[in-house]
Amino acid sequence: MIAELGHFALALALMLALVQSVAPLIGAQRGHPGLMALGGGTAIAQFALVALAFAALAHAYVTSDFSLATVAENSHSTKPLLYKITGVWGNHEGSMVLWVLILTLFGAAVAWFGTALPPDLRARVLSVQGMIGAAFLAFILFTSNPFLRLSPAPPDGQGMNPVLQDIGLAIHPPFLYLGYVGFSVAFAFAVAALIEGRVDAAWARWVRPWTLAAWCALTVGIALGSWWAYYTLGWGGWWYWDPVENASFMPWLVGTALLHSAVVVEKRDALKTWTILLAILTFALSLVGTFLVRSGVLISVHAFAVDPARGAFILVLLAVAIGAPLILYAIRAPGFQGGGIFAPISREGALILNNLLLTVAASTVFFGTLWPLFLDAMGGGKLSVGFPFFNWTFVPLMVPLLLAIPLGPLLGWKRGDLLSAMQRLSVAAGAALVAAIAVAAVASPAHALATAGLALAAWIGAGSLAEWAERVQLLRLPLPTTLARARQLPRSAYGMTLAHLGVAVTVAGIAASAWEQERIEIMHPGESLAIAGYEARLDKVEPVEGPNYTADRATFRVTRDGALVATMRPERRLFTVQRMPTTFTAIHSDLLSDFYLVLGEGDGKGGWTVRIYQKPLVPWIWLGCMAMALGGLVSLSDRRWRVGSAVRSRRAAAAAPGD
Amino acid sequence: MKRKHRRLLAVAIGLGLLGLAAALVLNALSNSGALAFFATPTDLAEKPPSPERRIRLGGLVETGSVKRASDGKSLDFRITDGKSTVPVTYDIANGPVPDLFREGQGVVVEGKLQSGGVFRADTLLAKHDERYMPPEVAEALKRTGHWQGEHPPAGQAKP
Repeated sequence: MIAELGHFALALALMLALVQSVAPLIGAQRGHPGLMALGGGTAIAQFALVALAFAALAHAYVTSDFSLATVAENSHSTKPLLYKITGVWGNHEGSMVLWVLILTLFGAAVAWFGTALPPDLRARVLSVQGMIGAAFLAFILFTSNPFLRLSPAPPDGQGMNPVLQDIGLAIHPPFLYLGYVGFSVAFAFAVAALIEGRVDAAWARWVRPWTLAAWCALTVGIALGSWWAYYTLGWGGWWYWDPVENASFMPWLVGTALLHSAVVVEKRDALKTWTILLAILTFALSLVGTFLVRSGVLISVHAFAVDPARGAFILVLLAVAIGAPLILYAIRAPGFQGGGIFAPISREGALILNNLLLTVAASTVFFGTLWPLFLDAMGGGKLSVGFPFFNWTFVPLMVPLLLAIPLGPLLGWKRGDLLSAMQRLSVAAGAALVAAIAVAAVASPAHALATAGLALAAWIGAGSLAEWAERVQLLRLPLPTTLARARQLPRSAYGMTLAHLGVAVTVAGIAASAWEQERIEIMHPGESLAIAGYEARLDKVEPVEGPNYTADRATFRVTRDGALVATMRPERRLFTVQRMPTTFTAIHSDLLSDFYLVLGEGDGKGGWTVRIYQKPLVPWIWLGCMAMALGGLVSLSDRRWRVGSAVRSRRAAAAAPGD
Repeated sequence: MKRKHRRLLAVAIGLGLLGLAAALVLNALSNSGALAFFATPTDLAEKPPSPERRIRLGGLVETGSVKRASDGKSLDFRITDGKSTVPVTYDIANGPVPDLFREGQGVVVEGKLQSGGVFRADTLLAKHDERYMPPEVAEALKRTGHWQGEHPPAGQAKP
């Protein structure tokens, strides 16, 4: 009964979405306030209905209602409660419901917080949001209905893929979707601006916080996914250039470009059409990502099911969602007026360079990810593009971008002085040089590239701090004055510094992975293995019982110079329902390095294959990402009053005659 | 600098970067490590590729063929598509054997066919669960007539 209620709520939400996509748009064109106001109410009601459907589905999972096909196929009564809940989106149907839930959440948020927006802009934005919602609700209802009943209901479910029974599933997809779908707001604003034929600074002030919020969530989502892949065996480590990883990385790259170009629109009233194009492309890539992951064209753990009807539906949806805005763009964009003039060497120029490098880098990733699909569709044979391709194309394009990070913020708007910016970065250059020499002194020549990577990280880190020091006039003015200046700096400035520091930390973590050490041995209880100054002693291997699995658990005592560092317990688990073995790695992290232990197969004679890794600075990869996201949040907290001032200036503008 | 010139400069830099990216892409594609062509055991038997070419080989792990070296450092098995079989050797220093690697199950390996006819794999993929088979493997099995069909669903869906 509850499931039918959820099904009905979804169908009702589709009806509301259709109203929301048509009525406000007509209202905005005709200047009809009543029709325009319909957008807000329908958006909020649509969110409530989808939330109800999601709750109904979650209820079915929690109470193990196996008369529902998705529950029977993906859940089991012995599954721990946390995984019953996360199992809701651990399959195709449920993950699409989560997708739409987040989409309608953003739609409702625009309706709720956007009351100060000009009514016609708000109506058009909500209308575009309604169209996306209608398309995805139709997709769920017609091709992937999560509320399909089974008769007779099986006595128990088939269980979830054991590799998904992990805390990673609880947090990675929701954040990723918050990011993907969050870009729909920027997309809706872009399309609305194209319909209106007008972009002003207030538009950018509205788009930036939404983009920033989506970008933060996507950054966290990608970092969590990378971390999950890192500790799950057989997923290729923290980054494998897997098509599904690329699917989330492409919107991130273009979204990062969007974030930076929106600054120029807001501050300098330039780059408007380019920013609109980026907003469309970012969401288009989010949709492509959804298509890649959900259509099953990829060989991946993420491909839950292969169903041609779904693939065809998404392809049509994709063609309309990307094609229509681009046509609109081609018609409207030439009519937009250009803004402030600037010299090539300027803050604007640096941000353009940032945008060009990011989009070109994204295009190489796009090529590498989709070329095999394209070739196969053309009958050119099956092939796969491996990670060396991406390392040779993407990395060379990132180097100039990373080198320029400290320079950009030191250039003035309109006209910058490159020489003086360089001079002000002499300390940072010195730091990079010292880092390079210090590392080169202890590292072998084979690690020259990794050494350069660490120097690059030092340059970005020191350079970002130098920019902050420059702003507060550190050591040039008396300390109290400096502190006062530091307090007065806007939060967005701190956000930028923090995010750029995060880039430095991540780059350092990636570069240092070259120094990873590894040993594989067959070990018997009582034996020890030495690696990188540590000693790991296998105490025992014993059988243990989990809630829905049995396991062999090894106990290792890891010591350094005789002192105990950690007791680690890697496991080999056998899930009883699926008869499927999974490896549970044990990781000890001190934030400077990870000690990574894997218990392999037993040889039946008391010996066990054991893998030990010592990975220096690896946690920095994700710590840096968290710093980037935190920087975004800090900047977001600054935006609030900016949005307020934007409203005020817009009201003032509206009060003035003419437009 | 006039607006027109500024835009021209931005476009020129953009085109230059795209050209650079195209050069990088072509360079990466010409390198044998970046691309792997999918083949079945029958393909390899009929037209042995050159030992330099990277191949992605898919099929089923032949039942009874898996042998682990006594030092635990390499794994030998045979991949079959029902018509032909290829002996494969995998050095586990390249990465752990996936949990889902099992006899009779689908598998995809990447590496090079050596002149002796043994396939030396450096990547072993078995990411799928029982209900999921890599599309390449399914297609290869369909071509050789060894496709068992999709696994039956848990129950019949009510319309």
